[in-house]
Amino acid sequence: MSATSTTPHQGTAGGTRRRRRGPRTWLATLPLLVFTGLCFGIPLGAIAFGAVTTTDPARGTTALTGEHLARSLQGPYLDSLVGSVRLSALTALLGGVLGVLIAQAVVTSRSTALRSATLTASGVLANFGGVPLAFAFIATAGISGVVTQLADLGGLGWNLYSFTGLSVVYLYFLTPLMVLVIAPALDGLRPQWREAAENSGATGRQFWRHVGLPVLAPSLLGGFVLLFGTAFAAHATAAALVGGSVPLVTLKIADALAGNVLTGQENVALALGLDMILIAGLVMAVYLPLQRRSARWLR
Amino acid sequence: MLSSSARRGAAVLLGVAVLTTLSACGAAPDQQNAGSTGDAKKGVQPGAAASLTDFGDLKGLVAAAEKEGRLNVIALPADWANYGEILKAFQAKYPKIQINSENPDAASADEIAAVKSRKGQKRAPDVLDLGIAFARSGAGENLFAPYKVTAWDKIPAGQKDADGRWYNDYGGYISIGCDAARVPNCPKTFADLLKPEYKGKVALNGNPTKSGSAFGGVYAAALANKGSFGDIQPGIDFFGQLKKNGNFIPVESTPATVEKGETPISIDWDYLNAGYADQFKGKGVDWKVAVPTDGVYAQYYSQAINKDAPNPAAARLWMEFLYSAEGQNLWLKGYARPVLLPVMTQDGSADKAAVEKLPKVQGTPSFPASAELDKAKATLAEKWDKALS
Repeated sequence: MSATSTTPHQGTAGGTRRRRRGPRTWLATLPLLVFTGLCFGIPLGAIAFGAVTTTDPARGTTALTGEHLARSLQGPYLDSLVGSVRLSALTALLGGVLGVLIAQAVVTSRSTALRSATLTASGVLANFGGVPLAFAFIATAGISGVVTQLADLGGLGWNLYSFTGLSVVYLYFLTPLMVLVIAPALDGLRPQWREAAENSGATGRQFWRHVGLPVLAPSLLGGFVLLFGTAFAAHATAAALVGGSVPLVTLKIADALAGNVLTGQENVALALGLDMILIAGLVMAVYLPLQRRSARWLR
Repeated sequence: MLSSSARRGAAVLLGVAVLTTLSACGAAPDQQNAGSTGDAKKGVQPGAAASLTDFGDLKGLVAAAEKEGRLNVIALPADWANYGEILKAFQAKYPKIQINSENPDAASADEIAAVKSRKGQKRAPDVLDLGIAFARSGAGENLFAPYKVTAWDKIPAGQKDADGRWYNDYGGYISIGCDAARVPNCPKTFADLLKPEYKGKVALNGNPTKSGSAFGGVYAAALANKGSFGDIQPGIDFFGQLKKNGNFIPVESTPATVEKGETPISIDWDYLNAGYADQFKGKGVDWKVAVPTDGVYAQYYSQAINKDAPNPAAARLWMEFLYSAEGQNLWLKGYARPVLLPVMTQDGSADKAAVEKLPKVQGTPSFPASAELDKAKATLAEKWDKALS
């Protein structure tokens, strides 16, 4: 899942310009539509088909069934969906807030060296995930990790292999991602607006409440959606770190699809995939109308 | 109900769309193998051969296999039960047959998926190394070719399909590996593992709903705690208790976590644990292996031939090689217990030095029935997360 981050147009605040939309502009999007249709449509179709049908192995006949979808919303499968949503929402929220604070600090510091260093580091860290990340954390903050031993974290109740531990690991790549996404938007907040607000006697808090946050809202939401999606779809880090002890839907899909133990669970895995797509769709559906409403501030 | 023609239509449409997008991946159905090998005696095609006599003798089989010149294997990791050396030995013995080893770390589910999705293609796997559950379900779906190797009669009846569609090859016992350099008193039984001195030290090789060895670990723990093949619940409760008192860590134990000391106690197959002992000698890891006396559980993997194998003769030659004394001893060298070991110990063809090095076990292994296995898996899938979270 991905979300486009909306960066504000420089210098066009206030005026609304409408572009002409004709058949020719539509034609230009055709390659994109064909590409999307093939690369997303075919797998989606295959997932949906598998999720609602069952094949009799002996006779080779296929029949429609709601059994897989029903099973994907029961017992441990439902727990894993809830667990994934909980973890993703929490880490996206925390990562979003931390990311905005860091980005704001860097943007207002006016130090180009700090700025480029932070953005470069964020670019690297945002792409540092999967098993290498898990092992980096195991080596530093695992039970016999260097930091755990030095600071006696174990005695303080720290446990990397838990919901909390996994959240911290996720924040390690989600926060830099938010910095990358939000820094351009923060640049778009014109200093003149702030000066104008101050000249009119507004406090810093009032500026953020009535000007800053409403203008940034779509970018913040876009960032949150992106972070949520990234955390929701993450698999390898969690698989290496917590196995089955934190229920996550991606781990359940992997168990059902590519394991050595459970047989004949492929269609339940597809149904879980469909559930994931629906949840991602719901999150996008909340984001889109809000973004449209506040987009007028940016054009 | 969808009619089968509608299904086929949808499949063709999907296939055409995929092919046009990706342009050919070199996947045209291979017609040649179906009709042209005339070497087989009695007029039997290699794909239909049910035993060595259908080729006349081993020479006939070798000739037919060399004519195909290829063998597609899948999911054979070089560091698992000595497969690296086995592949090398086969290659050295039959240099005219090119081994194409695909996706060494694949799981049984991936193997079955490859058989289904590449039906009729040259790239389809010829032979499969499967977890027992997948061997049984695959036979039920009619994916395997029945073929009885020369050593067929020596394989115990409980460890083979009556029709020869799959048979066990190698396996081992659930064992407790322990780094004596970090753990003063190595645990010998499941009961030991509950002691407070092992806090934050006990790991499984993965998640038992996915990893076969972790599943075996839970099964063995069940047997150690008054459970049975039909009742895995005590095993789940045991790990729930381990988790509660802080002994269990959910890290998937791998050679890397063992070497780094992150999983100082690891419940795993004895052949993997015994292999670690060799691997990490002199690296600060003193890996000791014990088969717990209170929870003895053995499991074997199975071999099967793809019914639509693109190289059916090479597939059968591979099977004959694996079940020859040479192949069985190569597994033994990797600390795995080959299925013919009891017979080979009697007739003296087993590698005595390798047998000596195996972790000691009392008695003979018994195996759960299909229904018991299915029930255990269903219980585990349902209860494991709850017990551990």
